[in-house]
Amino acid sequence: MTRLLPLHLSGATVRRRGKRLLGPVDLTLDAGRLTVLLGPNGSGKTTLLRVMHGVERLSEGRITWSGPDDIVERDQAFVFQTPIMLRRSVLANLAYPLKLAGVGRATRNALARDWAQRIGLGDALDTPAPRLSGGERQKLALARALIRKPQVLFLDEPCASLDGAAMRDIEDLLRQASSDGITILMATHDMGQARRLADDVIFMVSGAVHERGNAQTTLATPETKALRAFLNGDILP
Amino acid sequence: MNDITQGLAEAARLVVTRDPDLVNISLLSLRVTLTALVIASAIAIPLGTMLAIQRFRFRRTVIAVLNALMGLPPVVVGLVVYVMLSRAGPLGVLGLLFTPAAMIIAQVIIITPLIASVTHQAMRDLWAEYHDLLISMNTTKAQRIATLMWDGRRTLLTATLAGFGRAIGEVGAIMIVGGNIDNATRVLTTAIALETGKGNFALALGLGFVLIGLAIVVNLAIHALSRTEREGRW
Ligand SMILES: Nc1ncnc2c1ncn2[C@@H]1O[C@H](COP(=O)(O)OP(=O)(O)O)[C@@H](O)[C@H]1O
Ligand SMILES: [Mg+2]
Repeated sequence: MTRLLPLHLSGATVRRRGKRLLGPVDLTLDAGRLTVLLGPNGSGKTTLLRVMHGVERLSEGRITWSGPDDIVERDQAFVFQTPIMLRRSVLANLAYPLKLAGVGRATRNALARDWAQRIGLGDALDTPAPRLSGGERQKLALARALIRKPQVLFLDEPCASLDGAAMRDIEDLLRQASSDGITILMATHDMGQARRLADDVIFMVSGAVHERGNAQTTLATPETKALRAFLNGDILP
Repeated sequence: MNDITQGLAEAARLVVTRDPDLVNISLLSLRVTLTALVIASAIAIPLGTMLAIQRFRFRRTVIAVLNALMGLPPVVVGLVVYVMLSRAGPLGVLGLLFTPAAMIIAQVIIITPLIASVTHQAMRDLWAEYHDLLISMNTTKAQRIATLMWDGRRTLLTATLAGFGRAIGEVGAIMIVGGNIDNATRVLTTAIALETGKGNFALALGLGFVLIGLAIVVNLAIHALSRTEREGRW
């Protein structure tokens, strides 16, 4: 398999209407890790994820994947904070990425059924996806992102408005994906979730990477005052 | 009131006896309108979808022109088509004036902007909803258009039904370019105008009720067809 990673960002900056939303960010993302993006609201987590995924353009700087362009585009997936449901059935939503890839109907429906089973929607194959509950939608969005076995998965606060059960299901899926070798970068504002899942953490403040490192040590003994305050639940200036 | 009951009775009589004139007139109405609808939809739906998802020069101009055309008085459309198709006009050699083809041309011009505009609005909303996902999944332009048209098919159906309603009830342009010639270009609306002018209110009303009935039947039929997919409402 052609590897996409490591991913390098150098001087990555995003400006919109004269305002700097992100950067400059210098960052390397290595293969096989589950990295959690932390930071207060507006610190640039969403923008950073979108830039890496290529749905947001850089104003300055460079972003360099290790693989060729076609693989880069094909082998990554994104789960948005508010899941986007196609106005189709659960089955058709799951099969959609496979359909785009030209997978035959029988194969894609079989795979979609398997995934529906895994996320507890095996009995709701024909239900219109927009009718699902928030937790079900987010699980569906995650399964749809994983169904083509991406090398890299980005998630933007996937559990922002979910109850405990749905969150547990999602975390289980993420652990499984991670142990299957998928590299994961996830923004969250849930410290508990960060402690449960993260191999590494990246802490952002006002558009810049403020501190990063191995999750256990960084969360236990933060080096910067800002991260210490953030972990304490203090309001950052 | 008396006129209306008489009109209803007349409508019933026309339908029950399958009055040959009525049948011919109704069939021509349907043929002209459905042909115009197919042609207009084939132009308007891809155009409306493209306007929704594609950025290009003059896009705003095209939208403004469409919206302006939507408000065109049909009589003016009829007049322009008449001038174009008349013997001395630029398309006079085709000999289409006072034929069903001329009526179809006029109807296409009248309803294409309407269908394109409704399509554009619906596809724009759906595109806003799907944008990030479809970009993220690295879809080709053709895949985006196919996805939007498929998932928006109910709204597209509504757009075409609106076009059908406008076309089948249209009289001014049809009268001018078709000429309301018996057994050739007479349709329900022009027959109604004619009978009203002659003072045959009962017959005119009868034709009117048949026209309304036809419009309802076509609407129901299309809706029934779309529902056979056995999908719930979104
Ligand atoms: N499209 C946009 N136009 C202008 N400002 C934006 C836009 N999107 C986000 N921002 C701003 O960019 C900054 C970073 O936002 P974001 O990446 O969403 O942060 P986070 O996800 O950490 O909350 C914020 O100040 C936000 O208000
Ligand atoms: Mg965010």
